[in-house]
Amino acid sequence: MMSANLTELGVAAIRDGVAKGEFTAVEVAEAFNANVAAASALNAFIVATPEKALEAAKATDAKRAAGQPLGKMGGVPIGMKDLFATKGVQTTAASHILEGFTPQYESTVSQKLWDAGAGMLGKLNLDQFAMGSSNETSYFGNVISPWRRNDGGNAALAPGGSSGGSSAAVAARLAPAATGTDTGGSIRQPAAFVGISGIKPTYGRCSRWGIVAFASSLDQAGPMARDVRDCAIMLEAMAGFDPKDATSLNLPVPEWEAGLNGDLRGKKVGIPREYRMDGMDADVAASWDRGIEWLKDAGAEIVDISLPHTKYALPAYYIIAPAEASSNLARYDGVRYGLRDLPDGAGLQDMYAATRAAGFGAEVKRRILIGTYVLSAGFYDAYYTQAQKVRTLIAQDFKNAFTQCDVILAPTAPTAAFGLGEKSDDPLSMYLNDVFAVPASLAGLPAMSVPAGLNREGLPLGLQIVGKPFDEQGVLNAGLAIEARAQFSAKPEKWW
Amino acid sequence: MSVDTATVAKIAALARIKLSEAELAAMVPELNGILAWVEQLGEVDVTGVEPMTAVIENHLRLRDDVINADPLTGGDNRDGVLANAPVAEHGFFGVPKVIE
Repeated sequence: MMSANLTELGVAAIRDGVAKGEFTAVEVAEAFNANVAAASALNAFIVATPEKALEAAKATDAKRAAGQPLGKMGGVPIGMKDLFATKGVQTTAASHILEGFTPQYESTVSQKLWDAGAGMLGKLNLDQFAMGSSNETSYFGNVISPWRRNDGGNAALAPGGSSGGSSAAVAARLAPAATGTDTGGSIRQPAAFVGISGIKPTYGRCSRWGIVAFASSLDQAGPMARDVRDCAIMLEAMAGFDPKDATSLNLPVPEWEAGLNGDLRGKKVGIPREYRMDGMDADVAASWDRGIEWLKDAGAEIVDISLPHTKYALPAYYIIAPAEASSNLARYDGVRYGLRDLPDGAGLQDMYAATRAAGFGAEVKRRILIGTYVLSAGFYDAYYTQAQKVRTLIAQDFKNAFTQCDVILAPTAPTAAFGLGEKSDDPLSMYLNDVFAVPASLAGLPAMSVPAGLNREGLPLGLQIVGKPFDEQGVLNAGLAIEARAQFSAKPEKWW
Repeated sequence: MSVDTATVAKIAALARIKLSEAELAAMVPELNGILAWVEQLGEVDVTGVEPMTAVIENHLRLRDDVINADPLTGGDNRDGVLANAPVAEHGFFGVPKVIE
């Protein structure tokens, strides 16, 4: 097979092709390494590691020659979001304060992927400390979406965020799949922006050990890939109990790939009325309506549901996530790892303040300050405790809704990809892009985005499926039913 | 509630982030915009509602009482711990003088 064709393959096709001997893992790794090397204009990777991808591929080919099992991800090279600690390979969270940081250990999720036969193409760019929705807060520069509007212009578009390097790399065929992390939509929104699939599992499915912490009660890792099956395969490899993460779920990992079934007869799909907001983008609304028809066609019954506290999810999130971030990011002090800025004659306290001033970007500072304020004496109850009570109500809304339905269908984002710079001057308008994604995060629920079509500008739109706790299978199956009917095959025309 | 320049300067000091006068001046309206927006949470009736502590029910586990049971998170790894320190001397983290 020509190497150009190999990069059109997804996880399942590569795994199966390598296992059958249709091509070697080394050929696959070389083909993707070449695409990565030729795509610097997208700025999707902070560091490329072609040698790591080749090394893993050689190991897979050797195992095959020896007749040994190849693993769930055998021969599949992937991109690794630069939020996962990788032993011996710089891990930055796209920040200056961690520039040059070389972990002495491997994150649980990345180790599981390597154990399953995957190889690493490189470390993917992201919003700094995963704080952002457009990948414009990275210290290492913006990621440019491979997509362009169909107006003949060449305006640079956002790949979404925070997993913007992951989304751009998968859409541009630099990787068949990539890891993402989702705190308030950071897997689903970028997946929607570039026309790929991505799933955030139930909170606790994937170990957080070795992932640079942003908001620990929300952070969850998940796969981003070209289709639902590929997500199922990769999630199986990533998930599982880890004693090193206090919130890891001690549950067996289901065989999600084997359980895939797009027949939704007997299933009920809830449509939350509060998500149909005034002034909703017409293309997004139409795509949602098509999604409803597709799920009906798959046999599901559609039910109207109410999630009454929806409008309070985003403001609650923008108290809780910054509060946790201000605490988590206290560890960057210029003493133990990362940047140190020691002005002449400075004492320890001055060194902390100078190091953090130089090492954090504007959005990170903004969130640390908000978090510090809402946790400070006198304001804690008014802001933080109130937000955690509202969070309880939001989780209760979902619990009530799931007495009437099995999964919930909604748009992933309120718009298609926007242009770089269009929202970066106004933090609030950027935050609003996660309005449909944040509620499921606050409730710890599994949620997925699948491509649903193109809007009038020729840009991808995603549909989101939210499921009950632990029911990733139900989410994947509804995603599969949409995928089978959306027949999404558009891909960005190569300009880079 | 809104914040003024003095309050933001105090928060920044608590957060150990040095802000220039210009950064401070720019941050005040930004934080006020966000705080005014989150204040809508005050509309919600939370009578009798417990604040969320865990989204998914889970029991906090205790590890086995064995020294260095996990070589990654146990002790005996001084060099690994110090490997990324900006200044490491004599097996310790180095910091500027804190006692005159």
